[in-house]
Order: sequence, then structure tokens, then C-alpha cells
Amino acid sequence: MTPTGLLPRHLHPGAWWLWALGLATAASRTTNPLLLALVVAVAGYVVVARRSATPWAGAYGVFLRLGLVIVVIRVVMGAVFGITQGTTVLFTLPDIPLPGWASGVRLGGPVTAETTVAALYDGLRLAAVIICVGAANALVTPTRLLRCIPAALYEVGVAVVVAMTLAPQLIRSAGRVREARRLRGRDDRGLRALRGVAVPVLEGALEHSLELAAAMDSRGYGRRATVHPAVRRAASALTLSGLLGVCAGLYGLLDAGSPPLLGLPLLGVGLALAAAGMVSAGRMVQRTRYRPDTWSIAEWLTVAAGVTGATAAITAGALDSQALIAPVVPLAWPTFPLLPVVGILVGLLPAVVTPRPPVTQAVVAAAPRSAARAA
Amino acid sequence: MIRFESVSVRYPGSPTPALQDVNLHVPEGELCLVVGRTGSGKTTLLRAVNGLVPHFTGGTLSGRVTVAGRDTRTHPPRELADVVGVVGQDPAAGFVTDVVEDELAYGMESLGVPADVMRRRVEETLDLLGLADVRARPLTTLSAGQQQRVAIGAVMTAHPRVLVLDEPTSALDPAAAEEVLAALQRLVHDLGVTVLLAEHRLERVVQYADRVVHVPGDGRALVIGDPASVMANSPVVPPVVELGRLAGWSPLPLSVRDARRASAGLRQRLAPLPRPDRVETSTAAPVAATRRLVVRYGDTVALRGLDLTVRAGEVVALMGRNGAGKSTLLRCLVGLTSPTSGTVTVADRDPASLRAPELVRQVALVPQVPGDLLYADSVGEECAIADRQSRAEPGTSTALLARLAPDVSADMHPRDLSEGQRLALALAVVLATRPPLLLLDEPTRGLDYTAKARLTSVLRALAAEGHAVLLATHDVELVADLADRTVVLADGDVVADGPTAEVVTASPIFAPQVAKILAPQPWLTVREIAHALEVA
Repeated sequence: MTPTGLLPRHLHPGAWWLWALGLATAASRTTNPLLLALVVAVAGYVVVARRSATPWAGAYGVFLRLGLVIVVIRVVMGAVFGITQGTTVLFTLPDIPLPGWASGVRLGGPVTAETTVAALYDGLRLAAVIICVGAANALVTPTRLLRCIPAALYEVGVAVVVAMTLAPQLIRSAGRVREARRLRGRDDRGLRALRGVAVPVLEGALEHSLELAAAMDSRGYGRRATVHPAVRRAASALTLSGLLGVCAGLYGLLDAGSPPLLGLPLLGVGLALAAAGMVSAGRMVQRTRYRPDTWSIAEWLTVAAGVTGATAAITAGALDSQALIAPVVPLAWPTFPLLPVVGILVGLLPAVVTPRPPVTQAVVAAAPRSAARAA
Repeated sequence: MIRFESVSVRYPGSPTPALQDVNLHVPEGELCLVVGRTGSGKTTLLRAVNGLVPHFTGGTLSGRVTVAGRDTRTHPPRELADVVGVVGQDPAAGFVTDVVEDELAYGMESLGVPADVMRRRVEETLDLLGLADVRARPLTTLSAGQQQRVAIGAVMTAHPRVLVLDEPTSALDPAAAEEVLAALQRLVHDLGVTVLLAEHRLERVVQYADRVVHVPGDGRALVIGDPASVMANSPVVPPVVELGRLAGWSPLPLSVRDARRASAGLRQRLAPLPRPDRVETSTAAPVAATRRLVVRYGDTVALRGLDLTVRAGEVVALMGRNGAGKSTLLRCLVGLTSPTSGTVTVADRDPASLRAPELVRQVALVPQVPGDLLYADSVGEECAIADRQSRAEPGTSTALLARLAPDVSADMHPRDLSEGQRLALALAVVLATRPPLLLLDEPTRGLDYTAKARLTSVLRALAAEGHAVLLATHDVELVADLADRTVVLADGDVVADGPTAEVVTASPIFAPQVAKILAPQPWLTVREIAHALEVA
């Protein structure tokens, strides 16, 4: 008999995000292109194996392209502005002499292979981190993630959901207005046309928001239990300072150069503060949740897989500060360090141990429908 | 259950109150229908029930509105969410989440209903409204009828004792409207919900009502009473009542079934009379034609090999359920959508290849939301722009508008116009170029009977002047009254194309009320019968 937790279902959004952040942490610790490529490949494999048939599932591809753009920009920037490293000159750009006060800033001049490779590695690292976030987006619809946020932040969450539905709405109504202009016999372009489109679109968006707000209000949005104002303020202060702590802690964790105290310890304190704030603020909200996502063994394994990758990379970096850095001066082939490679490969685990997403005949049937409606 | 005690509502900046001295009591378990012309204050009345007026809209409300004993003065809408469910005119505008199931649960989550109760109620509601097979679908992919049912379900799950609906069937095709009304019937009968419902399409709903409230709208008192007695004197009535009045039936029938039982005598009188003479199939020059027109959106085929010819002076109605391809066809004829294969010709040219100023001389389209066509700050400016653009005599559009809607003044803002006035203005500005082909997409959505009658006479006059008119609509009564020819689309194909009288009487879904009552005699409208009786 299959335990119910392993039947096809959506994995808890939090699990996917923690897994992706784990991989992102591992990526942020290294400039080794082989390791970075491995991270991207692992994330991609899991996405292909476990994404559901929602429009968001395409996010991975979009982020992959975004990553490529980042690499290209970084390499070009490195060639034009970067500090010259090494001596292997590839070609020389026209050098633009800068005034004395701008000393230390270079514009043009000789471009070396070392500079280019260093910029490439650096760009790859940022791209890999971003692609990991893309993987999380492809695996979890943002609205499902928002459903998991604590009750205290619920109203903010709804605002975000509404904002997300507004963007496609704006695009649709801009299209409609542009067509209407053609029907009135105008095919002017440029600034005048832009104004002609923008005003009715924004008017329409405002009207839509008011209507939505009225609907939400009449369906009970914003009902809350009565509490003492002092309690409410205390809860807000706790939550806010906690979240600041979490942000600083995450920064410390992702940035290898910051003091160790700024990493995990600060993150822990921030989390604790935020949790306390949210629990007390959550008491003011009398909402309940429909079919909350469950957290079972598959979620634990997924998180563990992500954390293993991060831990392996951090440990390898701590044991040997050069282990994760691909040699640039002098140029040499990067190696395959064993510990991080194994750690990152563990990140593949969710592709096997997690339940498949439910087959929504729904979505399959839905696709033609949407086009028909567009008709 | 709902009690209005000398309620008046006045919006800031408006010279006259929207509602004046309204006294109304709707007892529990009643289905109460609110009728009245556009702009008479129906929506204000409905929105006052849960306090959206004035808490949300602004304005001053004097008097007292209580629902289940709660005063809306002290209870904002969110505090009434557990007793009143409100479904607005456009259900899609009120969706908060993105999937059917979540939308159904949203209201309950806000009210703090325990998880197991929520689960049970969602399942019950899915069955009650026939939504079980779309439970996991994104809301944007649903048909209009399904969206309307989801909107009703989403407020029903909170188990409100009062349900307020603003024009729940106006955007729906006849079959979808029947689905929604059947669901409402079930709520009233099985759960004892009190329903307050505003609707222009009286022919669809009046037979279900226990009580009718007529909002006259010019400051006079509401007329409240049982449907038959209100309908006997109301200026807005469905065809079945009009026929009943003409034939002098008493009691006045409200449903086709009652009318048919009363109609034996009338049928006998009509049998020997000459049949209404209708326009023969037109042989005039074709204005527009499609040949094997195919339009695909990805994997979906919106039109599959459509052949259609529209001739000068013809009024052609395009019918078919939501998503059958009606709008796509209209879009192809103005070149907004390019055919995947096949050809479209308007005045022997491909509309997609024409530049906008040339295009509007050949064909005009009034879209579903006529306001999209309007962008000036006043009616006068809008008309002036249209004249300039079409190089027509200055004053052409204004003269057209005066014919379509005499009560619109030049300094009004297009957004302040009623639905019918806005349609008239949109028509006036696109007709300034005198295009030989006029296309209308759902022109009667939100129009009351008076506005509809005016539209009918204007379109008829245009056709007499030689314009070809093609209108996509769900309104069978309008089609019966106006169209010479009816084309029924289903799944991108033409399933019927012929004289209106033949096409609409062939299927009960598309048959107007008069045809159903007097079948098998081929009468379609009360106007025809009145004319025939007069001549005889």
C-alpha cells in the first residue's frame, strides 16, 4: 500500500524553495565552472522530472536565458571596465584616458584572457544562483507559495497576488485599446499613440481594482479579532526586526567574504524573532486555511537534499579556501573537487523521492479553452 | 430578512438622489426580482444591501438598511460577509484567487470556517452548481457561464442567508443562462436562501420570481408586488407579457407554458391571417465574404473552413454559444485577426492589409465594450474627432448621435453615460465614415428594453439605406425582431444559415418566446401580431 503522502500531489512550496536556496548557496560559494554547470544541470533535471503543467512551469527556461544574458553582460563589462589581471593579451580596446580624479577606473585598453575568464566565472556564479531561483519558480506557482505565508502577513500576500493578476490584465487591456484605436481609424505611432493607449488602460485598471476591492470587502477580507493596540504594535515591531535579521543573515550566508557571525547565527536570531512576531500577530487574524499543504517525509528529504549541497560546499570551502576557486592567474583547467560534487549530486534526490505532481486533466483540457475564450 | 426603511442615497456631485425614500421588506426565502431602466438606481439598491453603498462607494445614505437584524450603518461589508453574498455584474472582476476550488474556499477562509467544514462545503457546492469537472481549472480558462456559476458558488460556500445578484445572465448565451437560473432555483428551493436579483432580460427570469420590485428611477416610489400585477403596469416587460396584454389574457401569464395554455383562442384568430411578410433572401451585391476561413489559436481551431457572404442592406445575426467563434469571425472581418488559411474580403480587399484610415471607410466594428472606442473628454469632442478623422461634414456624428440617443448633451463625459448612451455614441462615431459594413459584438449587453427598441429601429434604418449589418448576439428576442438572416455557429462551423424565421424556430434554445407560445404558427414578435390583427 502506498502511504498517502507519496500519492501524486503538490509538494509543499516551502520544501522546493529551501531545496533551491540550498543549491543556490552551494553555487554562490564557488567560481568553479564545472560545479556551477553541475548545479544548473541538477536543478534542470529535477524541474523536468517534477514540474506540473501550469504556465509557470516554463519559468526555468526563462531564467536560463536570463542567466545567459547575465554572463554575457558580465564578460563585456569585465573587458571594458575590469581590473586587468594576467598578461595573456587577447586584443586591445581603444583606451580612453580618464581625468586624474577617476584614477583606478579603467576604460578600454588591453583585454587579457585572465580577465575574461574571471568575468566569465563570476557571471556564471550569479547566473547559477538566479537559475536556482528559476527552478523554484517553475516547481511552485507563486500563488501556492503565498498561501503558505503566515497568517500575520496574509493581507500583504493577497495584495501581491492581486498585483500579479493585474499585470496580465494590463497587457490584455492595452491590446484591446490599441485595437480600438485602429477601429477608429487611427494608426498613429509614437508618443501620442502611447498617451492614447496609456490613459484608458490605466483608467480601466483603476476601475478593475476598485471592483475587486469591493468584491473582497464583501467577502470578508480584513475581518479581524479585536486586540489591544499595544499588543498589535509589539507584534509588528517583533516581526519587522526579525525579518531584517533574516535578510542580513541570508546576506551573510550567501556572501563568503562576510564575518561568520553575520551568517547562520544572525539568521537564527532573525528567524526566532520573526516567528514570535508572526505568532502573536497571527492571533489577531481569525482566518482558516482550505486544504493546507502537508509536510511529510518527502518534504524533509527534499530540504535535506538542498541543505546537503550547501553544507558540502561550505565545508569544502572551510577546509581548503582554494578548493572551490577555479584558478585564473595563471590560467588552468578547473578540477572536480569530490566533496562538493557529491553534495550537489545529492540535490538530484527530489527527482526520485518526491511524489509526482497530480496530472491535471484540468490543465490539459484548459489550454484550448483559454484560446477559445480569447476568440 | 432585508429591510429598507425610508432609505435615500445621494452621491456627491449628483443633482438628484440615486434612490429616494425607499421602503422595502424582503422576507426570508423569497426570490425578489428588481427591474427598471438603466440608470434607475437598481445597482445602488443592490449594493446598499451589504453596505457597499455607502461604505465603499461614498455618498450619503439616510434612513436604515438592516439585513438579518444587522444595521449596515454600523456593519461594514466585511462584517456582513457571513449573511450577505454579493455577485457583481462582471463575475471575473471579483475573483481573488486563480483556481476554481480556491475561489470557492476564499470567503470561508476569511470567515474562519474550520478546515473540515470548508472541505465539505466546497464539495457540496461543486455538485450543486455542476462545477465538479472544472474544480482544478484556472479561473481565466472557464467559459462565461462557468465563471458566473463559480462566482455564485464562491459566495454560497459561506452559507449566507441572502444572495444579491446584479444581472447574472446578461453576458450568457441562452443555455448557460438557463444553467445559472436552474442553480439559483435550487438554492432558493433547497436551502431557503433569500435572493435579490436585478436583470434586464426579464424574459429569462420573471417566471421564477416570487415578487417584483420596479425601480422607476425618477424619484417616484418603488412599485412592489407579485410579478403578474407589477408586470401588468410596468413599462419594461418581456414579450410573453406584452403578448398577454395585447391578447387581454387574465391572469397575465409570465411563463411560456402559462401563455401557451391561454393562447388557444389567439392561435385560432391568427390562423387565417396572412403570414407576416419577411424580406426575401437578398440578391444585392456582396459587401463582405469569407472563403474556407480557418483561424487557429495554437491547438484550438476557432473557425474551421467558414464560408459566409454578407450582402448590402442585409441584417445578419450571428448566434452560437460562448466560444463558438463569433467574435473571431468579426475580428477577421476588420483585420484584427489574420486567418490561418482561407480568405476574407471586404469590398474586394483583404481587411488586414488596409491601413486604419482606409479600413474604417469600408467596415466598422463596435466591440463588446463600446467604451473602448471612446477616448475624448466629452461627447462633443468625441464627435468632432470622428468628423475630422473621417473627413465628414462637421456635425455629421452629432447629427447621428441625436438620432440614436436624443438625450445626450455634448458636454457630458463619455464615462458618465449609461450603457445604452455609450453604445449610441460609439455607433455614431464609427458610422461617421458611412462604412458599407457594420459589425456589432453583443450590442444589447446591459441595455434595457427601451434602449434596445431604439437600437433596433436605428439598425433597421441603416439597413434600409443599404448598410449591411452583422451582429453577434445571444439575445434571441433581438434577433427575432431585427435580423433578416441568422447564422448559427458551433465549434467554428456554420450549423445553420437561413432566414431568421426558419432558423430560430427550428431549435427551442434559439426560439423567441412568441414563437414558442404560438408554435407551429411562424410568428416571431409581438409587433408582427399586433400589425396582423390591426390589418385584419
